[in-house]
Amino acid sequence: MSTETANHESHVHRDDEGAKIGMWLFLFTELLLFGGLFILYMAYRYQYSQEFHLAAKELDITMGTINTMILLTSSLTMVLSIVALRKGNKLYSMLYLIITKVFALGFLVIKYFEWSAKIHHGIYPGSEHLADMSNGQVIFYGLYYTMTGLHGLHIIIGMVILAFMLNFISRDKVTPDNYVKLENGGLYWHLVDLIWIFLFPLFYLLH
Amino acid sequence: MNNEKLQHSEDHSPGYGMNVLIWMSLLGLTALTVAIAGIDLGNYTLFVAMVIAAIKSILVINVFMHIKFDDLIFKVFLLVTLTILAVVFILTAFDVFYR
Amino acid sequence: MATQGVDTNYTSFLDYQGKHKGIFAWILSTDHKRVGILYLISMLGFFAVGMTLGFLMRFEMLSTGRTIMEPQTYNAVFTLHGIIMIFLFIVPGIPAAFGNFFLPIHIGAEDVSFPRLNLASWWLYTIGGLFTIVSLFLSGGPIDTGWTFYVPYSLRTTTEVIFPLLGAFILGFSSILTGINFVTTVHRLRAKGMKFFRMPLFVWSLYSTAWIQIIATPVIGITIILVVIEQYFGVGLFDPAKGGDPILFQHLFWIYSHPAVYIMILPAMGVVSEIIPTFARKHIFGYKAIVFSSLSIAFVGYLVWGHHMFTSGMSDTSRWIFSFFTYIVAIPSAVKVFNWVATMYKGSIKMSAPFAFVMAFIILFSIGGLTGLVLGSLSTDVHLHDTYFVVGHFHYVMFGGTAFIFFAAIHYWFPKMFGKMYNEKTALWSIGIMFVGFNMLYFTMFILGYLGMPRRYYDYLPQFETLHQVATVGSWVLIAGILLMAYNLIKAFRSGEKAPANPWGGLTLEWTMPSPPPLLNFLEEPVVTHGPYDYELLEEEGDEHGNS
Repeated sequence: MSTETANHESHVHRDDEGAKIGMWLFLFTELLLFGGLFILYMAYRYQYSQEFHLAAKELDITMGTINTMILLTSSLTMVLSIVALRKGNKLYSMLYLIITKVFALGFLVIKYFEWSAKIHHGIYPGSEHLADMSNGQVIFYGLYYTMTGLHGLHIIIGMVILAFMLNFISRDKVTPDNYVKLENGGLYWHLVDLIWIFLFPLFYLLH
Repeated sequence: MNNEKLQHSEDHSPGYGMNVLIWMSLLGLTALTVAIAGIDLGNYTLFVAMVIAAIKSILVINVFMHIKFDDLIFKVFLLVTLTILAVVFILTAFDVFYR
Repeated sequence: MATQGVDTNYTSFLDYQGKHKGIFAWILSTDHKRVGILYLISMLGFFAVGMTLGFLMRFEMLSTGRTIMEPQTYNAVFTLHGIIMIFLFIVPGIPAAFGNFFLPIHIGAEDVSFPRLNLASWWLYTIGGLFTIVSLFLSGGPIDTGWTFYVPYSLRTTTEVIFPLLGAFILGFSSILTGINFVTTVHRLRAKGMKFFRMPLFVWSLYSTAWIQIIATPVIGITIILVVIEQYFGVGLFDPAKGGDPILFQHLFWIYSHPAVYIMILPAMGVVSEIIPTFARKHIFGYKAIVFSSLSIAFVGYLVWGHHMFTSGMSDTSRWIFSFFTYIVAIPSAVKVFNWVATMYKGSIKMSAPFAFVMAFIILFSIGGLTGLVLGSLSTDVHLHDTYFVVGHFHYVMFGGTAFIFFAAIHYWFPKMFGKMYNEKTALWSIGIMFVGFNMLYFTMFILGYLGMPRRYYDYLPQFETLHQVATVGSWVLIAGILLMAYNLIKAFRSGEKAPANPWGGLTLEWTMPSPPPLLNFLEEPVVTHGPYDYELLEEEGDEHGNS
């Protein structure tokens, strides 16, 4: 950026542990961000437990389960990418990253079909069909769209991060000796997975 | 010292096998939670689903996210954060559950 | 340690010429000291705007009915006064300006852990500020919800709500980046010998604050996102007509905003813990007690947010629980106050501008803290809720607490930051005037509130007129004091005497380096051999050791 930065970089030693601390602290902020939504979920589920059960019947367990499996598997390939790189296998590492991205895309595609099916049935915020339903059902779908939407946004951000990692590995900016960036990218990806682990039973498994 | 630590954590890092094993347990737990959802457990449905989700996240955090093999400070940080998250939930619950 | 005689051959961070010239040498600099000064100047700019709005507001209250503005203008003015003072001045406040500048120096580091994120946080701050300013000129007109953005009104109002909300969201991001940087820096970049319990108390307070910034700020982030979503899509999560619960908005809002008052006050307490030992020339009384009180405030701060909602209609159970915890949180604050007073006992006190500010702080903060207990107790709060009593209490802790110490920090570190000395006598006069004006303005508010004057009202009953006039005159005196202080500092900046390396005889690491500090802080890598306040130890070992 500036010579000043260059000047700094020549003095500042590499600090992988520090980078990881920074990443974890950032993950905590994500955790609390979703935490706020889960608080709303808790409050409304207590208030509208019957309506929540009724509304959840509209959601497709099969699709939800497949998406969970996809996301869990993408987490595995993410880890394997790091393992491969550590073992010095650049090609495999990149391959695993690409597979991770394909899974992420698959998740989004299925999510897209789920959302559009619901919208097709007239269930979306502000729709007339929804206005006829009980308050609890409106709130359930409100939470559903908000929480899975925000989660989907994180998947997209995660895909961008993974694209950067792919680029870094190919240009040898991330190497078997210096892979903390990839590890941090992986941490972010696992967090997205972690959020879904809770979203899935809370929305799909209410029957 | 920093490099030593790095070396140290590398030695204990799980390889392919361990990660695949964790992945299989995660899939298994997902199947389990879906299967249990089919049974009517009444008030325990949510509880059981959350316990399974918690077990799954413990696996992800410990192995995939490497916490088990990291320095103590990471565990302390995570514990502090989760405690505060829990506190916030409980205190909100005192309002919504007792209104 | 570096001596006072080395300041001949070095480039100070102020003189350093990098690749970029002019203003770009500043706004693109990742040097923590330059980022700190960028923050300082931007915040003082926003403070001036907020102060002007406050002045206008008080002017309007000079007489019943219309004095200078329409009711809708008044609503916008008090909202903007709140948003600017809270989100743009006092929350970034001491950590962003003085924390950025002195935290790395205090622990013997060259910079923070993530210098580029640090610069990014200032840019986000600036962008967030711009959003707030731009919102004034959009079609809806200036926001009128109050700084708390309470639903359902913030969903119904026709004024521009989205932009200030997004502004606050971006500012939250900036605050988070500062927090992440500070925690990582403290853990990773301490100099040799700088053990955790040898860190200055300012660093400890910043560390505790940083944790609140990291953990609490995202909650306001999601709250803001939800209101924006609600505006655009009508999801219904906070809309009673669709089954939503506005009280949950208040919960989420205060889950952040109550810990946020500790983001505001904790760093100020840290600065006080620096200034008192320096000017009393004594070891701080109860170093560890102060450390743990900082950490426990950071934690207990999460348990009390409900005391803002006693009259909102939340459950009785939670009301007494929150009231109980509110009393608990007073303990660590009191521990600090007692420790400061105990430090001064039998010290050889040198009266000076920073110390005078601290004296004013202890008085004002104690009044603010004790009236906080009045509001924290359930039964009295029901009577005083949403009256001028709350406004008075808030300004006593935030203005009399944090802003006074912000000024104290400017006076304490001005010689170090800019290498110039200011006129001590003028500074003391300005403090005196501010103190008088402050009490005229805000103590009157306690009385007004107790008599039943509600906050945020444009008009009032005739019987309140005299007290309102006293308060308004107080605001003029207060502003006169602030202007005198500003004049004194600007004069010092332009033509002040050159400052020595250690004008106050402090023992923390910033005083070991010449003023202003060199580009990479330390001319030699520091090795720390004693605690930050070991004045007695140094006296015993003789003066030459302290200077060699």
